[in-house]
This record gives sequence, structure tokens and C-alpha cells, in this order.
Amino acid sequence: MNRRILEEKIFKILMLASVFIVMGSLVIIIGLVVFNGGSSLTIEMFTQTSGGGYYLGRGGGILNAILGSLFLALPATALACLIGLGIALYLQREFTHPRISAFIRLSLDILWGIPSIVYGIFCLMIMVFIGIGTSLLAGIIALTLLEIPIITRYMDESIKMVSIELKEGAYSLGSTKFETAVKVVRRQALPGIIAGVLLGLGRGIGDAASILFTAGFSDRIPGSLFDSTAALPTMIYHLYASPYPLVRQRAYAAAFILVVIVLSISIVSRALSKRYTKFVIR
Amino acid sequence: MIKKSDIHIHIETKNLNVYYDNNYVLKNVNIEIPTKQLTAIIGPSGCGKTTLLKSFNRLLDLRDNIKTSGEILVDGENIFDSRVDVPDMRKKMGLLSQKPYPLPMSIYNNVAYGLRIHGKKNAKELDSAVKHYLQEAGLWNEVKDRLHDPASRLSVGQQQRLCLARAIAVEPEVVLCDEPTSALDPIAAQQIEKLLLKLKKEYTVVLVTHTLRQAKRLADHVVFLYFGKVVEQGPADEVFNNPKDPKTKAYIDGDIS
Ligand SMILES: Nc1ncnc2c1ncn2[C@@H]1O[C@H](COP(=O)(O)OP(=O)(O)OP(=O)(O)O)[C@@H](O)[C@H]1O
Ligand SMILES: [Mg+2]
Repeated sequence: MNRRILEEKIFKILMLASVFIVMGSLVIIIGLVVFNGGSSLTIEMFTQTSGGGYYLGRGGGILNAILGSLFLALPATALACLIGLGIALYLQREFTHPRISAFIRLSLDILWGIPSIVYGIFCLMIMVFIGIGTSLLAGIIALTLLEIPIITRYMDESIKMVSIELKEGAYSLGSTKFETAVKVVRRQALPGIIAGVLLGLGRGIGDAASILFTAGFSDRIPGSLFDSTAALPTMIYHLYASPYPLVRQRAYAAAFILVVIVLSISIVSRALSKRYTKFVIR
Repeated sequence: MIKKSDIHIHIETKNLNVYYDNNYVLKNVNIEIPTKQLTAIIGPSGCGKTTLLKSFNRLLDLRDNIKTSGEILVDGENIFDSRVDVPDMRKKMGLLSQKPYPLPMSIYNNVAYGLRIHGKKNAKELDSAVKHYLQEAGLWNEVKDRLHDPASRLSVGQQQRLCLARAIAVEPEVVLCDEPTSALDPIAAQQIEKLLLKLKKEYTVVLVTHTLRQAKRLADHVVFLYFGKVVEQGPADEVFNNPKDPKTKAYIDGDIS
């Protein structure tokens, strides 16, 4: 056989194998979660908070963790978006010298790589210092810090990609830098920004380590920012640590719910992204 | 015959020099652009036409690697003066670029954007202004039923006319055009040329072009740029029919390009 055709065949097989590994894992994970958790997936899981029974978790549902996750991740993502947009705009050359921006980008990339447990410990230290301790607020702060580098770098990259000619068009109409950034560049970059926000939200809602020490754990729905709260990842962690198979099953059910939430976020953001992509100028 | 004293100078450059990094692009450029006439800047590719045009409203400021010296006087005022309000100065100069770049929003908002940022907010007023400027740009009939479609869905020729509409919507005094027909088919190009002829009655038009025939059809005044230097400038018929510099003659005869 011709060497070049062989090369191409091998390359194709490698590509397919890579795709198969990823898709296979996804199918297995979902299968595992549904198979193990399906029988525990009752209406009570969604409507009741955790009951007592066997060491936390045999009775009741996990409503407190579902709501806890949303109360933690949504405000954290909103905060991270606000702060991230500020930093991302500041990084553009209209506002800051490229050398300073390069340094900040490097710092953000380092922050991105820091394990989430470190953010957790850092926030716990601050909270203890202020005298608050584990609370919804502490968890929100930890998640915000965790999400900022992701969201900021995505926003930054998609804003940076906006062509200079498009900006020239806006400037030549007499726009200020601020108007150009917020009204024109932001629209052009929106699909990329949405992708970044989704990624940040996904990371925030799925992370256990950063909220373990900060949000703590509770079997009640938090009543204020200063209450401790459960979240799906920490709930899974606690349930699966149980010696009772019945309780471990419920961990799978919780995981299933988390997967469904992440999937819904993904679908919504895709729809949003599509809606804004049609305005993008190429 | 227009007497010299009747001509008002709208834009004037004095010893303008521009460098990209170490590349010396505009060399001691001294030109005068008369009010409410169409001035064509001609010259071979890479001679600095776009750079010269974009220096008039300080769009070059957006680039990192650029260095400028000299003066550009618009209505007698140096635009490099630190007291100049740059957005306000740019508002007086509409831009039509080589490839149209509409704003990433609807057709309607492309025209309304400039009106809004300069204070016009009333919905009725906006509606009628948008209609007016789209009509001026000869685009109204084609888009009146889909004003809220994304501008990105228009054809290139329509996008170019939309860019013209948005430019004149902020009521500039000058319209800067950088080869505005080079990305268009002949019919769309003809539409733009007609519009430019109409515009020059009300605005000072500066047209960069590398097609001599277009310059001959449209220009009242011509600046010939060659390797970053102004070789010749003057009324169109003089430059085309009676060039003083042998290089101009060679360019017009097609001997250099
Ligand atoms: N961003 C840039 N960085 C560095 N050099 C540049 C840049 N833009 C243009 N130049 C250089 O400056 C010179 C003049 O460019 P300019 O675009 O003004 O020419 P032009 O006359 O408009 O050419 P054309 O007819 O091809 O559009 C060219 O030599 C070009 O290589
Ligand atoms: Mg050019």
C-alpha cells in the first residue's frame, strides 16, 4: 500500500480512538449513575430536605443540596461575570499597556491552575478572621474566586479577537472607548463570552473541594447568607462516604440530578449563543 | 472656472510623518483638501493611501506600533492638540472602509447607534431619522421590511451602503472613503459612485482609490502619492491632462503601478 495512504489510515484510527475514549466515558458515567441511582430517584428527592435515619441521608430528599448548589453557584457566577468583564475590558490595549496586560493574563492563568481546595482554605481563613465561619456567603466567595480566572480569560480572548476594523467603524462614529467596548465590542464577542460564563458556571456548580470548608454542610435549606449549606457535590461526597449501600445509592441519584442540571445549563447557553451569533460580523 | 480664492481648505497636513515600527510610511506630507469637493488620493499599492486617510481622524491611534509627527489641521485646528475632544473630532469625519464592517447589531440599530450615542433617544425621532438616512444611502427600499434583521445578513454591497447610512447619520462634515468599491460587483460599485457624487454637494469627500478611471469619473481634486511622498496635487483636470511631474505622467499612462 502507498505509504501516504497508510499514514492517513493510521491517523484516522487514532482520531477515532480518541473520540471513542471520550464518548465511551460519557456513556459509562451516565449509565453508571442512572443504573445505580435510578431506583432512589423519587419525587421526595426533589421535594424534601435531608432527613435523619442512618447517618445523614437515608430519609427525606436532597432539596437542600439542590437549592444550596443553585444559591452558591448562581450568585458566584454573576459576581465572577461582573468582575471578569471589568478585568477583561481593562486588559485590552485601549486601556492598558500590553506589557501590563501580559502580566495580568499570566497571573490569571496561574490562578486558573490553583486547586480548588486551596481557594476553599483561603476563604475559610478569611471568614474565620472576620468571625463568620462556614456559611453560604463564604461558599459564594470561594466559588467566585474559582470562576473568575476562567470567565475572565474567556471574555478576554473573545474580546481580543474583535477586529480592529470593526472598532474603527465604531470610533469613526464618534464613540468613546467605553461606548465602543460596551456597546459594540461586547456584542461581537458575546458568543465567546457566553461560552466562558457557561464554563465558569459548570465548574462552580460541580466543584466540591472549594465549598467543603467554606459552605460547610447542613440538612436544612439555608435561611440567610450566614447559614451553612449543603450542595450537590458535597452531598454526593457525604452520601457516598456512608457504609450503607442504600445511602450510597442515593449518592448516585444526587449525581444524576447534578448531571441533568449541568446539561440544562449547557443547552440553554447554546441556544443563547446561537441567538447572538447571528449578529456577529465576520 | 473656480478661482483659487473661492476654495476653502477643509483639511490640511503640515509636514506629516508616519512610521510603523521602523517603516517610514508617510514622508513629509503637505496636502490641502478643499471643502465640499471630492478629493481623490491615488497611488500604487502600499504607497500609504490608507495610512494617510486614517490619520485624518486619528484612527491610527488604535494601533500599537505607530509614530506620528507633524500637524493635521481640520478647519484650521490641529487635531493632535491635547485640547481636542477626539470622539467629537471623529464624529465630524465619517468613514467608509475597503470592506464594509457593519456593527454587530440589527440594520436599524446600525443607523440608530450613532444617533443614540450623540443624544437622540426619542423612538419616533429615531424611526424617522433611520428611514431618512437609509433613503439617502439608497438602501431603504431593500431593507424596509426587515429592519430588525442582523446587518450581517445583508450582501456586501448592501452592507457598504448601510455603512454609508450610519456614517452620514451622525452628520459629519467629511466622508473618508478607502477604496469603498473594491470589494463590490460593478453594479453595487456604480451605486456607491453615484452616492459619492451626491454626497460631495454637502460634504467634503476624500476618496482613496487605485483605479484611475474611478478617480477621473469622480474627482475634483487629486493627490498623487508615491512611496509615501506627495508627488503632485491639484485640480483633477490639471493633474490628469497636464501633469507637471514625469512620475505622475508615467502613473497616469500606466507605465508605473
Ligand atoms: N499595521 C501595520 N503594521 C506595519 N506596517 C504596516 C501596517 N499597515 C500598513 N503598513 C505598511 O505601511 C505601508 C503603507 O500601507 P497602506 O495600507 O497605507 O498602503 P495603501 O496605499 O493603502 O495600499 P493599498 O492600495 O494596497 O491599500 C505599506 O508598506 C504597509 O506594508
Ligand atoms: Mg489601502
